[in-house]
Amino acid sequence: MFKADDLAIFPIDSWIQHGVSWVALNLRPLFLAIKWPVEALLSLNDAVLHAIPFPVFVVGFTLLAWRLATPGIAAFSAISLVVIAMLGVWNEAMTTLSLISTAIVFCAVIGIPMGIWCASSDRVWNVVRPILDIMQTTPSFVYLVPVVMLFGVGTVPGEVAVVTAAAPPLIRFTNLGIRMVEHEIVEAGLAFGADKRQLLFEIQLPLAIPTILGGLNQTVLTAMVLSVVVAMIGAEGLGLVVLQGLGRLDVGRAAVGGIAIVLLAMVLDRITQKLAEPRRGGAAQTSLLATVMRLFKGGRPEEPAATAIAAKQAL
Amino acid sequence: MTERLQIQNLYKIFSANPEAALQILANGGDKNTVFDKLGAVVGLNNVSLSVPQGAMYMVMGLSGSGKSTLARCINRLNEPSAGKILLDGRDIVPLKEEELREVRRTRISMVFQHFALLPNKRVIENVEFGLKLRGVSPAERRRRADEVLSVVGLARWGYHFPHELSGGMRQRVGLARALATDADILIMDEAFSALDPLIRTEMQDELLRLQRTLNKTILFITHDFQEALKLGTRIAIMSEGELVREGTPQSIVLEPGSDYVAAFTREIDRARLFDARSVMRATAPILQSERGILVGDAAGAAGPGFVLDGEGRVLGALDAAALGRARASGEMGTPSSDYVSVPGNAKLLEVARSYRDGRPIAVVDEDGRFVGTLGVDELLSRISSTSAKTASAGDRHV
Repeated sequence: MFKADDLAIFPIDSWIQHGVSWVALNLRPLFLAIKWPVEALLSLNDAVLHAIPFPVFVVGFTLLAWRLATPGIAAFSAISLVVIAMLGVWNEAMTTLSLISTAIVFCAVIGIPMGIWCASSDRVWNVVRPILDIMQTTPSFVYLVPVVMLFGVGTVPGEVAVVTAAAPPLIRFTNLGIRMVEHEIVEAGLAFGADKRQLLFEIQLPLAIPTILGGLNQTVLTAMVLSVVVAMIGAEGLGLVVLQGLGRLDVGRAAVGGIAIVLLAMVLDRITQKLAEPRRGGAAQTSLLATVMRLFKGGRPEEPAATAIAAKQAL
Repeated sequence: MTERLQIQNLYKIFSANPEAALQILANGGDKNTVFDKLGAVVGLNNVSLSVPQGAMYMVMGLSGSGKSTLARCINRLNEPSAGKILLDGRDIVPLKEEELREVRRTRISMVFQHFALLPNKRVIENVEFGLKLRGVSPAERRRRADEVLSVVGLARWGYHFPHELSGGMRQRVGLARALATDADILIMDEAFSALDPLIRTEMQDELLRLQRTLNKTILFITHDFQEALKLGTRIAIMSEGELVREGTPQSIVLEPGSDYVAAFTREIDRARLFDARSVMRATAPILQSERGILVGDAAGAAGPGFVLDGEGRVLGALDAAALGRARASGEMGTPSSDYVSVPGNAKLLEVARSYRDGRPIAVVDEDGRFVGTLGVDELLSRISSTSAKTASAGDRHV
């Protein structure tokens, strides 16, 4: 009888094995070059976050949440941070936060220009889009195998995996935000003689900011998830607490890590979600005085997140 | 008047390969043939027109007639497929990107149907927009924007955001933005169509008021024939991408030329459209004496006569009976001061208002010189007439 296994004649596994080994051996300088800035920024963030005294951090973070979001979210943030400290995983939480904040920087630096490029040309978008689809549907721990082979194990290779997985939403939302800018307003820019650069910086980017911030929210959440998963390749942080708990069948320890992860994720999600809501008068208004006033008055965005919601539905 | 803008044999085919479509049109095919054979849409089919300096030129048509396509071809937001667009005699179709940008920044500005203001910028920053793109210094462009904002009556609103303004006010901002660049050609694409009827009327009056002092060359796109009649010095009517009728408002209503155009003119309030000059009868001198020159109907018909001085000013009038006696006897008789004098550009409605029981009506020009007479018969027949001639020879049919 003819069996399905008889068809298994392609030694794809060994081809890939050889291919990746070849790449790892011959392109080593390239991967070291990629690793270097990640390592530098990550260790800086990590050092800074661990150096800030606990009370200073809580007060500072709460004020920041107040300014960027609402007094309610600020209070929630303060309570969550204190609870994380009470659980005894403060240092691990700071390590995870440094992983995420570093990822945000790299995703923004890579993702926003990439999104702008995609929006400027249908041909580019048609190539990039299926790649993003694949990247976003791939289970997150699948990233770990090539990362280990190319970058090794530890926190820095973990960070590379986090950045790789978290960048796609930002590319997608930036592209979408620019393409969603009202056609007539773009036409107005052209009619008054804007060149490509002016069109981008005077019209398209400012009007796409609410959508781009919606993408940032997605990126932060993806980074949060990945920062836990990369504990499997030796990255430190809250993920490691859970992994250790599992390894030792210590349910209590694993639960502590889990609770801290959920609290941190909710705090980051709420703040970045509020960022994405367009304020009355436009999100691009960042005058210093207005910002300081918001700090004291706790100014609230009044318009619902229409754009961000529309953007999510469009995806 | 000099021709500021001339459009010659302009075609716009929405297709990657317009050559084949142009070939079909050149061989006598029409829009539908092109669509059936190539699946390409013909936006503009051999449109030629010329806009004099200082004109308020209305392009009127229903949706899909190609009027907005035409407007967007003029500043090349749409690339014409063939033909010429002469701006002061210089063809702007072959211009390179940089030269085109210069034309857009300094010569042609545009007002949009849905205002197209930047929602994240204050009113005054929106008005400055064109100047900012051109690289004018911040202080200079703020000064200019302040100036233009007070011209459109929004001086106090400069530091508000567009969403805080009503529709009419937003379109004033759109207008101010277009005026700020000092471009001499203004394209207004359905500029008032999104406004409530009352606000629309107000904005139309405002535009007429502004145009008296600004004297820009305005190309106004509209689907509203009433609006075209009210604002326009000339009107071009488009249908299916072609120009079907072009002329002054009065001449179009008088001679629509085709059933398509006649359909628009049927419900028009003629008393508000036609002026005294358009219905008056010509006169010819009958007698001359030391009292002045007596003029009467040029064709010799009965009717009032007027006695003029050497300058052509009206001294007095003779009624029909007195004029008949004067014709018969050669004696002028005594002119009476019982007559009504109306300016040539007075609308028929105003003429009817100033008419008093049986008094003869003299039509005079801006300098008070007599140009003709008009009777109640002409007035009534013009107000009530539906267009007598349709589809006269030489007019394109639709």
